[in-house]
Amino acid sequence: MNIAESPLVRFSGVHKSYDGSTLAVRALDLDVRRGEFLTLLGPSGSGKTTTLMMLAGFETPSGGEILFDGKPITRTPPHRRNFGMVFQNYALFPHLTVGDNVAYPLTVRRVAAHERASRVAAALEMVRLGGMAARRPDQLSGGQRQRVALARALVFDPAIVLMDEPLGALDKQLREHMQMELKDLHRRLGVTFVYVTHDQSEALALSDRVAVFNDGALQQVDTADRLYEEPANRFVAGFVGDNTALDGRIAAVQPEFAEVALDCNATLRGRLVGSAVSGAAVQVAIRPERIALRDTTRPNSIGATVEDIVYLGDHVRVRCIVDEKTTAVVKQPIAAGPPPAIGARTHLEFPAEHVRIYA
Amino acid sequence: MTAADAGIENMRSALRRDARRRTAAALLLTLPLLAFLLFTFIVPIGALLLRAVDNPEIARALPGTIAALRGWDRESRPPAAAYAAIVADLQALREQSDAGTLARRLNTEVGGARSLVMNTWRALPLPATTDAAQVHAQLIGIDPRWDEPWIWQAIAKNGSRLTPDYLLAAVDLRRTVEGSVESVDADRSAFRRILMRTFSIAAIVTVLCLLLAYPLAWWLSTMTARRANALLIVVLVPFWTSILVRMAAWIVLLQSGGIVNQSLAAAGLIDRPLALLFNRTGVVIAMVHILLPFMVLPLYSVMKGIPRDYVRAAVSLGSHPLAAFVRVYVPQTYAGVAAGSLLVFILGIGYYVTPALLGGPEDQMLSYSVAQYANVHLDWGMACALGGVLLTATLLLYAIYRRLARMEPALA
Ligand SMILES: Nc1ncnc2c1ncn2[C@@H]1O[C@H](COP(=O)(O)OP(=O)(O)OP(=O)(O)O)[C@@H](O)[C@H]1O
Ligand SMILES: [Mg+2]
Repeated sequence: MNIAESPLVRFSGVHKSYDGSTLAVRALDLDVRRGEFLTLLGPSGSGKTTTLMMLAGFETPSGGEILFDGKPITRTPPHRRNFGMVFQNYALFPHLTVGDNVAYPLTVRRVAAHERASRVAAALEMVRLGGMAARRPDQLSGGQRQRVALARALVFDPAIVLMDEPLGALDKQLREHMQMELKDLHRRLGVTFVYVTHDQSEALALSDRVAVFNDGALQQVDTADRLYEEPANRFVAGFVGDNTALDGRIAAVQPEFAEVALDCNATLRGRLVGSAVSGAAVQVAIRPERIALRDTTRPNSIGATVEDIVYLGDHVRVRCIVDEKTTAVVKQPIAAGPPPAIGARTHLEFPAEHVRIYA
Repeated sequence: MTAADAGIENMRSALRRDARRRTAAALLLTLPLLAFLLFTFIVPIGALLLRAVDNPEIARALPGTIAALRGWDRESRPPAAAYAAIVADLQALREQSDAGTLARRLNTEVGGARSLVMNTWRALPLPATTDAAQVHAQLIGIDPRWDEPWIWQAIAKNGSRLTPDYLLAAVDLRRTVEGSVESVDADRSAFRRILMRTFSIAAIVTVLCLLLAYPLAWWLSTMTARRANALLIVVLVPFWTSILVRMAAWIVLLQSGGIVNQSLAAAGLIDRPLALLFNRTGVVIAMVHILLPFMVLPLYSVMKGIPRDYVRAAVSLGSHPLAAFVRVYVPQTYAGVAAGSLLVFILGIGYYVTPALLGGPEDQMLSYSVAQYANVHLDWGMACALGGVLLTATLLLYAIYRRLARMEPALA
């Protein structure tokens, strides 16, 4: 394996417990590739921050090893790791000016004054805060503080930049704007970013790859499209993007595919994820935009009644009742024609290659 | 003026109006408090400062004499009219207590004045005469000291209702007979030394409180709010016990056979008991104990508001944790350090009971002298002047604090 392919960071069997009984992070095996933008995504309490803090060195793993460039860093104190870090509340030092904040990592590294000045200026220029060096942090807007924090984390050419929900405190519009800037910055600098968020659209928009966490366990690491199209398990299917899920039991297993007898007395064919034997309880999952509304029954379709229609500009969201326990959501593009009337009888067609069956 | 300028001018005046309205509202809301402060604080302090320069006794008792002495060079013999005037003035004093007040006041200026004045007053009235030389002879007949200049100098010097003498004396200065200001003799100077001692004890106590409180407050600030509150109550216990009880407790603890000395001896650390009582050590220990909460509370409240992320951020940027603490955390606590130190120092320079009970004669602070003049010598002028010096020192410190706070917003 050559250098370019070897991972920059490797978590190897890492687990972490704060209280000695519950695991905040369990059996984590994760590679961070050189130059990638990796996002840790998961619901609250799933262990994202814990993972990032172990990488930063502020938390010590209870077991396992973290490797940086092939060398173990599990016991390296945080100030010797040379990782840039951006905190959710920015953590700009209030008693220093913007310029001194950005210069801080350079003074620590005893960079000569003239070089320091030029690097600070360049870093502020990079985040488009050229004239702001003399201000104090409390004289900046939220987005500007965010950029100062970024400049400070980047100015000393860190080996990797860690960010824990850095955009969490910004309003939606500013957040989306900053996402674009972050992505642009990442492309220009080529530095490895590890980013934590619980906002899946942010994760999908920013990242080269996304690592999905739940309950301390890594669920799947993949690119945004594969995460969306080929979720590895029920949790990922439900957590990333909209999902229509139906419960049933395996009726017949074929190579790669399986037939499922749904609890609502219909049978659907779909791609079997993992392995399951006949009779096993499974979940059938499909993206709402893959379901087609039909007037007549088709192969691999089930009957339903239109319950509710929400108009969303580019598409309508149709909620259908399959039986009293089961509802299915369908996204129909406006271009696909007028939606059915509320209360109308309809048929939901599930294209077998987009139906995923989870054990 | 362009339209834009006019617009800006309009906006400015609107802002000013707005500011005025807010000031008025604030004034209205605080009016009851201001009234309360006026009667409980400003008026008494004003009275105290007046007392420090008030000098009514001589001017009230001897108006004629003072008029007669006006223009006297204070070295040659007093003008003949002065003898007649003093006889008239003294005769006009009906009550013995009036004469006594005058005599006591003059005696604080020059020793021997009391007996001179009282003897003369008792010998009055004199047989009537209009001849100045005869009046002089009669006066000398009562007491020959009327021929000496000092009594006349003392009267002439205090002819005015207001005097700077008390304030000058409070900082070991005095007016000479001619009216110029000079330092008192080194062997008689006391207040400057006491003032310096007061400041140095307060400074030592402040520094010790800071050294003890800073780590404690930091430790408290790292805890959950519940535990921190529980421990804060322990810190605050001194607030709830009477100061005399605490002093008595310290006497028990610190005496040569007390727990502290016994434990030290038992641990083999000392073979003779340490002198911890009735000296500077005892005063400082007890004052630190009493004043510690005033340092802990401001520090804790400031530290509680500093998120841990700051130090973490500094460490992630490459700072050693200790350097991060010093360079990033400590500066953010300056406001608490300044507020706590100011509070402890100002409270400290006013301490009276603690040094009086736990200190030796060389450990008494300025308040002790205030009490001495007020209670023992009944010299309110001197007591108020010393109080004024304390007040001035306090205000000066506060002004410095405000000036620093304006230069360094982190302190405000
Ligand atoms: N300092 C700590 N002491 C004890 N338990 C902790 C500590 N920090 C986190 N935990 C626990 O560890 C688990 C994982 O927490 P973590 O902060 O990593 O979650 P997260 O994914 O970052 O969540 P969020 O999106 O809410 O920030 C949680 O159950 C949390 O309660
Ligand atoms: Mg978190």
